[in-house]
Amino acid sequence: MKLIKPALPSEDKRWKIVDAKMRRLGYKGHALIETLHSVQESFGYLDEVALTFVARALHVPPSKVYGVATFYNFFSLKPQGAHTCVVCLGTACYVKGADKVLTAIEKYCGIKSGETTSDNQLSLLTARCIGACAIGPAVIYDGSVSGHQTSELAVDKLKGVLSSGN
Amino acid sequence: MVIEELDSIVQKQKAARKEICIRCCMASGCMSSKSDEIKALMQRAVTEKNLVERVEVRRVGCMGFCGQGPMVKVEPQGLLYERVTVDSAPSIIDALIGGQTQAELGDANQPFFSRQLMVVRANNGRIDPERIEDYLEEGGYRTLHRVLHEMQQPAQVIDAIVKSGLRGRGGAGYPTGLKWGTVAKSAGTHKFVICNGDEGDPGAYMDRSVLESDPHRVLEGMLIAGYAVGADQAYFYVRAEYPLAVSRLQTAIRQAKQHGLLGNGIFESPFNFNVEIRIGAGAFVCGEETALMASIEGGRGQPHPRPPFPAERGLWGYPTLINNVETFANVVPILERGPEWYASLGTEKSKGTKVFSLTGKIRNSGLIEVPMGITIREIVEDMGGGAPGDAKVKAIQTGGPSGGCIPAAHFDTPVDYESLVNLGSIMGSGGLVVMDEHTNMVDVARFYMQFCMEESCGKCIPCRVGTVQMYELLTKIVERRGTLKDLEQLEELCDLVKHTSLCGLGQTAPNPVLSTLRYFRDEYLELLQPIDQRLEPVTSNRQT
Repeated sequence: MKLIKPALPSEDKRWKIVDAKMRRLGYKGHALIETLHSVQESFGYLDEVALTFVARALHVPPSKVYGVATFYNFFSLKPQGAHTCVVCLGTACYVKGADKVLTAIEKYCGIKSGETTSDNQLSLLTARCIGACAIGPAVIYDGSVSGHQTSELAVDKLKGVLSSGN
Repeated sequence: MVIEELDSIVQKQKAARKEICIRCCMASGCMSSKSDEIKALMQRAVTEKNLVERVEVRRVGCMGFCGQGPMVKVEPQGLLYERVTVDSAPSIIDALIGGQTQAELGDANQPFFSRQLMVVRANNGRIDPERIEDYLEEGGYRTLHRVLHEMQQPAQVIDAIVKSGLRGRGGAGYPTGLKWGTVAKSAGTHKFVICNGDEGDPGAYMDRSVLESDPHRVLEGMLIAGYAVGADQAYFYVRAEYPLAVSRLQTAIRQAKQHGLLGNGIFESPFNFNVEIRIGAGAFVCGEETALMASIEGGRGQPHPRPPFPAERGLWGYPTLINNVETFANVVPILERGPEWYASLGTEKSKGTKVFSLTGKIRNSGLIEVPMGITIREIVEDMGGGAPGDAKVKAIQTGGPSGGCIPAAHFDTPVDYESLVNLGSIMGSGGLVVMDEHTNMVDVARFYMQFCMEESCGKCIPCRVGTVQMYELLTKIVERRGTLKDLEQLEELCDLVKHTSLCGLGQTAPNPVLSTLRYFRDEYLELLQPIDQRLEPVTSNRQT
């Protein structure tokens, strides 16, 4: 039986990147996680359109796609803010006061970890351990790691990040 | 590729070497303090001072002293600069021609460095991890060539690994040679090799550093393992949290393919081997081997009962060899210098060296590689320099959420698999988090329990429900709302979850509680409320 390949959800060129990833892995079911990585990298998050398309293209039940997308911490079903701030809560950072840094940041932005500000400017996240243990507490601002953070340093840095535009 | 081509690459490489080499650490830790800019500035200073003929500025991997980064080392002078900044970087070049430098000179001979024994990390901080030529110059891929052309029987390779006494560096310490032997003997039309780079223990980053600093060493180890067990396809499972490690590994795989060191007919032999990278998606449980395989197969990372072990029925039902990054990185030195040499390092039952990430409340934090059998005291006090300030070190935590805390009174214990288990902890993958007298141990236990609770995959009930209950009891105790009864219930639950969970995550989740209860029971008792001050629950109100 020849399997039917679904059409791309839109003209958006980013779908071609996703499709290329699936093609390279032979549209096999085991390509699911790699494909979701590719969608998230291209679009920033996984929405219903993306999940349905991936399910059809890989011939995997939508329930499994949704299951996998929600099982792993790395996948997000909601769009992220323009900027991201990830506070590492690994053991080494924790014993050096990462919880206090997180509290200070939460207080400054008025959101809890896992949330995005109402103006969509900032998403605040936590990480299990980013492996920057010797320079803890570590915080990742827009993808770049800063070490030896304190509450004051973190809030200052965040002010800079938020005023830097996109 | 034939060996003569390899020789000619090495010769070219040697001829291009310059009199002075400035090594600039470009692993994740130092990169976070702008070491990429620092390298560019030093390169520019070299050009401006007309030193291009004499001086090479080289990107290298982790030098280990990550807490003092960015690190720059000048060879052959052996000068080590710490905490180099964008401002002080160009003056390092001035110092080469008699000028003054503002950069902070460190001591390359202090115990933090001198007590180490580099086997796995021998090339780290010396070679450029993004150039295969650098690895070849250090003798890279010659062991693979020797294995393919001189050790005709794969069993010879397995014998050597058995003789070396190497045990799995992922934490459990299963004899590596035995595992290879089982996979080699298992019948299957296909066999797989998996490298477990899902280093999930918070407070540990040895594998990240090895992958960022010397990816070819790990690849060569996997190739040799593939030949020994008869596999032709490998998967490298790396955490998504390690983008630099992933990108260097991709570079290494691409280079190895270009040079005919991966693919078909490797080194003009009948051996074929391919490696693909699979990126994790942030689930701690995927460090467990059966969950990891479920993840490679594209599903949720949920474990299944063993047996069957992966060595017999693994990925897609085929015999599969799973080893940790550091285990594979040990293969080349064992075969290069002989299993007898390797077996002479360490203790009777724990051979070789172990890489640890020494972090937390410690003066010198970073990566160290030490021979097995070294005492905890030597690591914490001599190499680590104790806690910063006047605080006293209270305990160290080994093995992450699966391990335990070892109090200062036991610091004279040698570091080997058995001794740590006797103390109620485990070797683990190599995280050593130091706690000082200001650290509350009940809070630490709660921290780990929260971690296990959030990371429990939910497949088996003892782990899914037990971790939540234990976390709530611990929270109650930390917030001074608990009584002796809660403590009793906590201990009962620890026993239950430990003995009835499906996989290692649940089976070891109670360890941090059990070990802190064993050594720091006072801290729990201090937080408890006397039972008579609280209202006893009124049982008669319950509907039956």
